[in-house]
Amino acid sequence: MMISANTGMTLKEIKEILQAEVITGHDRLDEEITSAGGSDLMSDVLAFGKPGILLLTGLSNSQSVRTANIIDAKAIIYVRGKKPDQDGIELAKKKNIPLLSTKFMMYTACGLLFSHGLKGIDAALAKNSHER
Amino acid sequence: MASKESTLPLPKIAMSDENVFSQRFEIRGGDFSNAGKTSTSIKDILQEIGIDPSIIIRASIASYEAEMNVVMYAQRGSLTLNITPKKLHFRLEDDGPGIANIELAMKEGFSTATDKMREMGFGAGMGLPNIKRNADKFEIFSEPGKGTSLEVTIYLNTTE
Repeated sequence: MMISANTGMTLKEIKEILQAEVITGHDRLDEEITSAGGSDLMSDVLAFGKPGILLLTGLSNSQSVRTANIIDAKAIIYVRGKKPDQDGIELAKKKNIPLLSTKFMMYTACGLLFSHGLKGIDAALAKNSHER
Repeated sequence: MASKESTLPLPKIAMSDENVFSQRFEIRGGDFSNAGKTSTSIKDILQEIGIDPSIIIRASIASYEAEMNVVMYAQRGSLTLNITPKKLHFRLEDDGPGIANIELAMKEGFSTATDKMREMGFGAGMGLPNIKRNADKFEIFSEPGKGTSLEVTIYLNTTE
């Protein structure tokens, strides 16, 4: 199996690239992220999500955090300056899911991370036997 | 409380295997702010029992989608979780409008969702297919005007 050690980046690097604000999870910024996916549709996230991904979303209600928790996402980036509601923040704290917010819109935020070498979920899917 | 002899409703599910865990959750329709809490609890329970993480994810996704369906379409519903040494099973029942054409509802992308549901990040026509994809056994029964029930089984033995 080919595992490249330098395909990931830490949340701290992601925070810097996206000039993001940390809403919760300041103590977990050294977490390593190796793949990401972006969607506002939680059903899509539930369908494509893989454990350990970074979720980029514009959905700011608590469903975003619940979904991230269900699929074991490592962290959430809210795009376009959005922030989750208090319910979502509380759940994220309880489940140790860092939440960050960036002013960039979805396309730009994803593009920035991708151009810095953070792979999309597709790469993870290709390796996965769960393919439809 | 009147404690005279009464015929208490017995659990409907007759499990042949020994039940390790059994719990029933009530789900309130239309309660979007609490939507997903049942599935979050279920995930906690499965983690506590020590179920394999790959099974937990599948079970949580299936129950979350099923729970959202109840919240979106029904007045009330319930999810009954049963775990035996061999499998995890949940039955979901709701009093929603029912599904006239199940075959159509099972198609990815087919949806009767309202804007409110979409605002919640759901209603993209992925729910039932998502549940089926994560289940080893999936059954759906529905009667228009009466409600819908789902039976989801996930085997715990992943050595296959």
